[in-house]
Amino acid sequence: MCLGVPGKVIEVAGNVAIVDFWGVRRQVQLDVVDEPVAPGDYILNHVGFAIRRIPESEIGETLALYEQLIAQAEQDDLMAEDVRNEIAASRDDPRAGN
Amino acid sequence: MPGTDRDQALSELKFRDPVRARALVEALGRRTAELGRAPVSVMHVCGSHEQAIAKFGLRSTFPRGLNVIMGPGCPVCITDTPEVDEGVVLARQGVHIATYGDMVRVPGTSLSLADAQAEGAKIHVIYSAGQAVELARSTSDQVVFFATGFETTAVATAAVVLGGLPPNLSILSAHKYIPPVMEIVAEMPETKVEGFLAAGHAATITGSAVFEPFVARHGLPVVIAGFEPLDILAGLVKLVELIRDRTPQVVNMFPRCVTREGNLRAQEQLWKVFRSTGGRWRGIAHVPNGNLRLRDEFASIDARRRFTIDLASLWDCAPPALAQSCICGNIMAGLSSPTDCKLFGQECTPEKPVGACMVSSEGACKIWHQYGGHPDLGGDA
Repeated sequence: MCLGVPGKVIEVAGNVAIVDFWGVRRQVQLDVVDEPVAPGDYILNHVGFAIRRIPESEIGETLALYEQLIAQAEQDDLMAEDVRNEIAASRDDPRAGN
Repeated sequence: MPGTDRDQALSELKFRDPVRARALVEALGRRTAELGRAPVSVMHVCGSHEQAIAKFGLRSTFPRGLNVIMGPGCPVCITDTPEVDEGVVLARQGVHIATYGDMVRVPGTSLSLADAQAEGAKIHVIYSAGQAVELARSTSDQVVFFATGFETTAVATAAVVLGGLPPNLSILSAHKYIPPVMEIVAEMPETKVEGFLAAGHAATITGSAVFEPFVARHGLPVVIAGFEPLDILAGLVKLVELIRDRTPQVVNMFPRCVTREGNLRAQEQLWKVFRSTGGRWRGIAHVPNGNLRLRDEFASIDARRRFTIDLASLWDCAPPALAQSCICGNIMAGLSSPTDCKLFGQECTPEKPVGACMVSSEGACKIWHQYGGHPDLGGDA
């Protein structure tokens, strides 16, 4: 529960953003995020809530670890599992149709 | 020389810029040697840091004179036995309990929530506080959100509380606040911790300034680090440098997520809903201001006030005998390593955990069991 996960904001509707996490679209709550977010921004998601808008200049470095973890094939890797759980913490995008 | 394990660890880092990794490992060795004494112990307080250290084999690249220990950084593990008991008693009363996954198997005095579930109790694993709200909306029964975790997770609880809860939902808060426990560990004479590596994402909320009073009081440096192997190595280099120079201060090595003041909007919501109060952390001690409890204004949604929680009903069940030999407390205080425990990997495994540290993906025992903790460096250094 220490590791937040970055994702790209696709759409903002009031207090909720549709965020893309490596192809998985989820609803993320914006109640506690530090700054207003807009489509195209990256946020750090923790247990279903955005806790930080990541400055654009720092997105690349922020994504690197996660890309490696997401690509991880082993199902029993603890870090990769935590990242998957973080993504699962957000609700499905209701319009995703799957 | 350490030999092949070290080489392998460095090659694992190659996808992360081998030149920088090697330079950082060498700098860490040099700084540690410059201290002119060994061993020097530093502590991190984050399960994700331990995961990264173990997963990427970083310990095999650390100099021998530097001891990097995991402190009370697993929120599931430090949830105290009576707090688990409260959840178990409520569950046995027929209340639905919603909680984060790892909590379900953490032992209470005699039962875990999973044990209660096996008896027929209604336990629901959730990943987000919002899912507790959805669960409550889907039923007319009483639902209790057994809310655990540090400040990063507590802000999510605060946000759903401020958003308004369904009338059948209440909160059993076992949330914990990290800065006060660092004081406790710093004051343990046996620990001899000379500096702290603070967790990047918790500091995203609290800001780096939250550690300044601690540094002033204890004269110990605090470095905030991210979770990349290179973030951790760079954080340790800075930390050893501050110890060497006897210049205790807070240094933020994770500026891409952490600012000095932190996320003020989140802090405002956190402290609107919660107050910090003293309480026990499993295996550690009574931690003044270490527990987050609902403020009086939220008494109506506080499960401790809504229900009578009779813990005595658990006392006629005998605690499992093996639990007596569990050394989770010493491990979380940084006094012992998982491999010091005679149950580790024997009677206590991720499939059949005896102690909380083997339950959670952020517990030191589970992490070491998964990745191997202290690689055998081979031969004498």
